[in-house]
Parts: sequence; structure tokens; C-alpha cells
Amino acid sequence: MSLYSEKVMDHFRNPRNVGVIEDADGVGEVGNAKCGDIMKMYIKVRDGILVDVKFETFGCGSAIASSSMATEMIKGKPISEALTLTNKAVAEALDGLPAYKMHCSVLAEQAVQAAILDYYKKNNIPYDGSQFKCEHCAHDGEEE
Amino acid sequence: MFVYADNAATAKMRACALRAYEETAKNFYGNPSSLHSCGQRAKEVLEDCRARVAHILGAQPREIVFTSGGSEADNQAILSAARFGAKKGKKTIVTSAIEHHAVLHPLETLEKEGFRVVLLPVGEKGIVDPKDVAAVLDESVCLCSVMLANNEIGTIQPVKEIAALCKEKHILFHTDAVQAVGHIPVNVKEIGCDYLSVSAHKFGGPRGVGVLYARTGVPLSPLIEGGAQERGKRAGTEDLPAVAAMTVALEEAISEMPAAGKKLTVLRDELIEGLSSIPHSALNGDKEKRLPGNVSFCFEGIEGESLLLLLDDKGVCASSGSACTSGSLDPSHVLLAIGRVHDVAHGSLRLTLGMENTEEEIKYLLKVIPEVVEYLRGFSPVWRDLKEGKRQYIL
Repeated sequence: MSLYSEKVMDHFRNPRNVGVIEDADGVGEVGNAKCGDIMKMYIKVRDGILVDVKFETFGCGSAIASSSMATEMIKGKPISEALTLTNKAVAEALDGLPAYKMHCSVLAEQAVQAAILDYYKKNNIPYDGSQFKCEHCAHDGEEE
Repeated sequence: MFVYADNAATAKMRACALRAYEETAKNFYGNPSSLHSCGQRAKEVLEDCRARVAHILGAQPREIVFTSGGSEADNQAILSAARFGAKKGKKTIVTSAIEHHAVLHPLETLEKEGFRVVLLPVGEKGIVDPKDVAAVLDESVCLCSVMLANNEIGTIQPVKEIAALCKEKHILFHTDAVQAVGHIPVNVKEIGCDYLSVSAHKFGGPRGVGVLYARTGVPLSPLIEGGAQERGKRAGTEDLPAVAAMTVALEEAISEMPAAGKKLTVLRDELIEGLSSIPHSALNGDKEKRLPGNVSFCFEGIEGESLLLLLDDKGVCASSGSACTSGSLDPSHVLLAIGRVHDVAHGSLRLTLGMENTEEEIKYLLKVIPEVVEYLRGFSPVWRDLKEGKRQYIL
């Protein structure tokens, strides 16, 4: 289908970093089933570096591709860098998304942030709240 | 393997229709409105087609208006009846919650203009109860519009009973028969409707052509003005090749209907039975009172668009009522109307069969669909929560 770019279709057909990290240091879940998109991001942290990242997604082709791309963009990177990941960067890395699918890339950005926030909270690491655009949305998925 | 299972979206054009299209375009290029012999020959073909279509539908030729398709026919019937009703101070329109948008959207427009629209419920089986219709038909109602068969879940509505209720109260009755004509018997006299909409590409005719049946004497105003074509009810030079192609496609569909009905019902039921074995899945709509080729399912824990994309990779053309396939945020209003909650309605799949589908194709569908559903559930956080008991199964 030509609705999506080749890049999107590649990440949708062969998603990278799919799965669960059983002993994850941080887990973030955003979106909700009612809207048709849920992303769950698992991170493993060593010395401030995201040594492993995995995801699970319930959603459309672009939601799966956005999650996959986001994990690729932050894996092996310092947390500080992962926190600067924007939805625009995810969409650009996918060679663009249709306008009405941009929210999928927003979810990917939020899922990354939610996982890092979870890591900070679990380990009582002080953090700068202004870095997190979506502190309020980190637990949306648990409602309804 | 390639499997086209989206016949309710558009059926492949029949060979007879393609031939008729080409021959009519080549041999009858005159404008039916021209006085010269070339134009008059085209006019004869047009009127011959009108008589043949009328005969099949049980109508008079003068009751047949050729349109650009089902959407135009729906719009014209509704707006004509509404305008007439407004003149008499009757500004309520009754319709079902599962109509096609070609009915619902013009009604939304009318609502903004001061009309009241009453939506009939359909229950979990996806069928309107005539008792609910009887309960809302009062003095203020100018039109009732209930589809003959639903486009998503294939359920067949009791239009004959509803038409009788409307007639008793002198209320105009329209039925969108786009999914029904050419697939199940449709006769306007037997139904007792005032208006009926038809689309050619659902039964192997070309896209861009359809019919509005408007009973003699009912209000009918043109949507398109600028000429006396179609007795002044639809301006614009008639698309004669399309009309001729639609006519032969309809005739062929009618002649093969008994055989098609039998064959498709067998394939449909085999598909329904096979898909039912996927855990936490459910058929949408009544099992018996549905179109012979329609299979509609919801699978819990997955989303429909990703299902469609992966099926497409495996050569399967299908459709979904998922929000993501429509560009809107809400899943199909039809699935919501039969009580599917949002979470589940997102995971819908519609397969609509035609005469070209084979037993082997059904077997293939029953192999690949469960595989794809399982694959997607494999990394769905919703499915994980369901499995781990953190979320309750709905299906």
C-alpha cells in the first residue's frame, strides 16, 4: 500500500526490538485501547546508558513502525539524549507519516519518556519535571 | 496466493459489462439529447436500459433515474423528501444507527438546518426492530430511511415491515439497497418503498453509475441542475456506456443469483466457522439474516489496520471498520451500534466474497488470518494484559 513510506512498511513488517524485558529498569505505557493505540516501552539502564530497549504495541501500522523506530533511535544512547527525542525526529526518520497518523509518533516519544520517568521514580533519582512533556499521560493506559 | 475478498467495496467488473461499455462507447457516441439520428440511436439505448433495469426492480421505466452512484441516489432521495416535508412543517427524519454515511451525512446537514433526526437502535444482532420504528413514527415525520442490507456486517433489515408501517402513516420510505441489489432478490413493489438506491459497481458494473428508484408521485428534486436529462431530475449528459454496462451486469447478476447465493453461503459459513475457532473473536451481526458473501469479525487485542496491511502482504484484500483505516478517531459506527466497545471494534475485519472466490481461497484465508492474528497478539500489550488477567476479556 502506498499510504506509507517504504521505511514505515519496513519497520512495520520487521519491527526492531520487539518484546519484553522481564527485569526492566523502567516501563512506560501510553495511549489507550479505546483510541486504538497502546505503546509499552521497556528499558534497561547501565551507567546512564540505555543498554537495552524493547517495545510492545497495540495499534496500526504507523504505531508499530513508530515504536520500532523510536527504540532504534535511543538504544545504546545516554538517557539525556533519549529525553531529547521528539516525535518529529521519529516521523522524519520514517521518511514521514500521513498527517492524521502523526499522533503515532507522538505516542512513541511519550512512551520513551514514560519509561525513563518510571526508571527515575523507581530508583529515587531526582529529575527535572520540565524535561517530561507527558508526566500526566504516563498512566493513561491503565484507565478504562 | 491472491485472494480478493473485498467485493462489498467494489466487485470486479463483469466481462459482459466491459464489452457493453466498449461497444456502447464506440457505436452510440451521440448525445441522447441531440435531435439527429446519431443522438436518437443513443437515446433508444438509454431508454432500453431504463426499461430493463425497471423490469428487474419491479418498477416503471419513468420511475428510474440514472445517477452517478449510490451516494448520489441516497442524497437525492433524502433531500427531496426533506424539502417536501419542511414545506408541510414535518421536520423529523427516522433512520437506523447503522446506515451508510451517504445517508447519515446528509441527515447531519439537515439537522444543522433545523431537522430532527431519530436514530433507530439495532441491537446486538444488527437488525432494526419494526416495533422501534412504529414507536417513533408520528405526525412530525416526513421520511424514514432504513437500508436493505448493511455494508459492514451484511445484516438484512425488515424493510417490508418498515415500509408498511410508513405507508399506514403516509410517511415516505427510502431504502439504501446498494449492498442488496444483484445479491438477494429486490423488488420495489414487494418492499413497498417510495425510494430505493442502487450502485452498479457492487454487482460487477462500472464505478460511477447507479440508480435512484422514485415511485411515481413522490417528491423528487434535482441535486444537479442545468439540463432536462432524466426528466429534469438529473442534469448532465447521460453516461450511456456506464448505464449499458450496468444494465447487462445487473441482468447477469440476477440470472446467476440462485447459484451465487448457494455457493457464497457455503463459503461464507465455512469461513465463519473457521474464524470462530480463533480464541476471543466474534462474528459481527446476525449469523442467518446476512448477505451471502459477508463475513465480519472482531478479534480482541489487535488493531484492524495492521491486520489488513499484513494480510495484504500475504495477497489478501480485505477491509476493516477500524478507526485507523478511515482516518477518523472513532471506529465504525456500525460496530459501536451493535454494542462492540471501542477496544474491540478497533480489531475488526470484513471479508466479502464474490463468485470468483474458491474453496482453496477459503482454506488459504483460514490459514493466514489466524497466523496474522496470533503474530500481532504476540506483541500487543493489550493481549498481554488480557492473558495475565490484568484486563478482562470482552469477547
